[in-house]
Amino acid sequence: MVNTAANSAELSLGTTLQGGASAEQTARKQEVRRSILLSTPALIVLFCAASGPLLIMAVYSFLSAGPYGGIVWKFSSDGWASVVMQRDIFDDTLSIADAHVTILWRSVRLSLLTTFTCFVFGFPTAYFIATRRPERRNLWLFLITIPFWTNLLIRTFAIMELIRNQGVVNTFLTSFGFVEEPIQMLFTDFAVMVGMTYVYLPLMVLPIYASMERLDFRLVEAGYDLYATRFKVLKRIIVPLAKPGIIAGSILVFIPALGAFVTPRILGGGKHMMLGNLIGLQFGQGRNWPLGAALSLTLLVLVMIALLYYVRSAGKSGGSHG
Amino acid sequence: MDLAESARASGVETSAGGSVAIEAQNVTKIFGSGADEVRALDSVSVTIRENEFFTLLGPSGCGKTTLLRLIAGFEHPTGGQILLEGQSIGHLPPYERRVNTVFQNYALFPHMTVAENISFGLEMLGKPRSEIAATVDDMLRLVKMEALAARRTDQISGGQQQRVALARALAPHPQVLLLDEPLSALDYKLRKEMQIELKRLQNETGITFVFVTHDQEEALTMSDRVAVMNEGQVLQVGPPHEIYNHPGERFVADFIGDTNFLKADVLSANGQEATLRLASGAEIDATLPEGLSAAGQVTIAVRPERAVLCSDKNAALLRGELQNIVYFGTDTHYHLTLPDGEVFTARVQNTRSRQAPYELGAEVGIAIEPEAIQVLRD
Repeated sequence: MVNTAANSAELSLGTTLQGGASAEQTARKQEVRRSILLSTPALIVLFCAASGPLLIMAVYSFLSAGPYGGIVWKFSSDGWASVVMQRDIFDDTLSIADAHVTILWRSVRLSLLTTFTCFVFGFPTAYFIATRRPERRNLWLFLITIPFWTNLLIRTFAIMELIRNQGVVNTFLTSFGFVEEPIQMLFTDFAVMVGMTYVYLPLMVLPIYASMERLDFRLVEAGYDLYATRFKVLKRIIVPLAKPGIIAGSILVFIPALGAFVTPRILGGGKHMMLGNLIGLQFGQGRNWPLGAALSLTLLVLVMIALLYYVRSAGKSGGSHG
Repeated sequence: MDLAESARASGVETSAGGSVAIEAQNVTKIFGSGADEVRALDSVSVTIRENEFFTLLGPSGCGKTTLLRLIAGFEHPTGGQILLEGQSIGHLPPYERRVNTVFQNYALFPHMTVAENISFGLEMLGKPRSEIAATVDDMLRLVKMEALAARRTDQISGGQQQRVALARALAPHPQVLLLDEPLSALDYKLRKEMQIELKRLQNETGITFVFVTHDQEEALTMSDRVAVMNEGQVLQVGPPHEIYNHPGERFVADFIGDTNFLKADVLSANGQEATLRLASGAEIDATLPEGLSAAGQVTIAVRPERAVLCSDKNAALLRGELQNIVYFGTDTHYHLTLPDGEVFTARVQNTRSRQAPYELGAEVGIAIEPEAIQVLRD
């Protein structure tokens, strides 16, 4: 489901970028019409594959939980209520479900942090690749994709091996006397963030690279020529022109990070759950499918909010130079 | 403004009068290394005066753009020195040189409006807001773009983009304005207009213009002085009429305008004054260029419009068989074959009525006045 959302994010990216006004508007319109026609088969597949499960989720979220998992066909708003509330088992009073709110907040916070660190590491990387000779760029892009050759689980366990208390990093730090005791890194929010940054970094690098590759580096020279220092050129010319890529990259990192399952499961342990783990729990041990369905839809709403923000800011940047 | 004045005051006086804006001393630029080594500039020395419209003219790959980029600071010289108002700037980054560039394809910032483009340099210099606004208005008026100040740069035509690029580069009032083939992207008519416009801007602002082009006509019509470049070297520097009428070398004579080349033997020489014998046997007096010793064979250049056709074959310096007559409206080109097989072109202006006194295949005389004969260094 999360993947589908990311795909439709890319689709909407394509169409909004083409929306800018220009002298050859009619030719553009025709082109847009043709590209819509071309994407119709994909849209049909996406629609069927996304709407079916979504519909099931929407229906389940309003039913009662079965005693051994599954659902009972009886209307109930308990699923939705328990997204952020909990019912006291003795007197049936409702109160805020602290655990759920904490997990929701952690998911949003860690996803934002991951997006930010991905940008911090991804932007210079993309700039580096875009400024190589054209025939060398493909090699660098190829290197960026190498981590994808290994299974995500194995890579995540490798990170675990690095940062656990007897792991490589802590062994190094203690044996050289930088710290007395090993630093607890595994099973913390920090570990989850590091893991997600590692996993999603290429998703930030590639779109930024794509927009920087089109950047005319004579504009950078023009900036220097007009007395802008390196920092000013970066701030006033490179970043504004790479903005579509930065926004697309941020969305592509933020959305899957919000629904991440494997990374927080392994690196966060049981105490540092994220939304994806909470949902997984409801369909497994928790045996509360309606709550799971409601949480899934909550995740979807969060993603939609992020997308709406993207469409608005992309529209704005399209209005100023698209 | 005060910067320019103080710079002028501190400027170096030259013997030719007027102070020096830019001086390149034995500038060498090598790109790559080892087998890929390219010597873009080979010990180039040029002096560009204050308030001058100076043109670097040459074919593509001659190093003219490299020299411009060295002055701008986008490249750093491998050897030699570049002085701006007497101060060495070879090591400075572009943003520390009071020099601005008009780029070949303008390089306007696409995410900014026309006015924002023009104000960019002033903002980077940290000028106060009110001064920036005033200067931007001045510049918009100077290039006649007041009405389009709020437009995005992709919403204006090529000619208008050119004006914005000029205004953007002139706004910070640089000591020198560099122009890298700025007219090459424009169509013929617009290019003509912009040539006049550029001259006007240079007069009005009093800024030194260094203009790079491969278009000899552009160079001749606009420049105060022209430097002809080839293969990383400056071959000749001088005012357009001098470059055209007295080319020192075969390349210069060939590159600028049309030229007939003739072989001649030096019969005798007295200092620079020499007597030459042409292949036709005719003897003429000519001045040898500096650096040419009087010995052996030399090449002489004759501009087609300086040759006069006459029916009196014997009185003329040369004679040839008329191969082709091409009518050009304002003038007619006569292509002749000389007895030694060389081709000679004469250009005759069409005055009043069209006369065609010569028949194809006829043998005619070619008269050339002595001043029209230029001996080349080769």
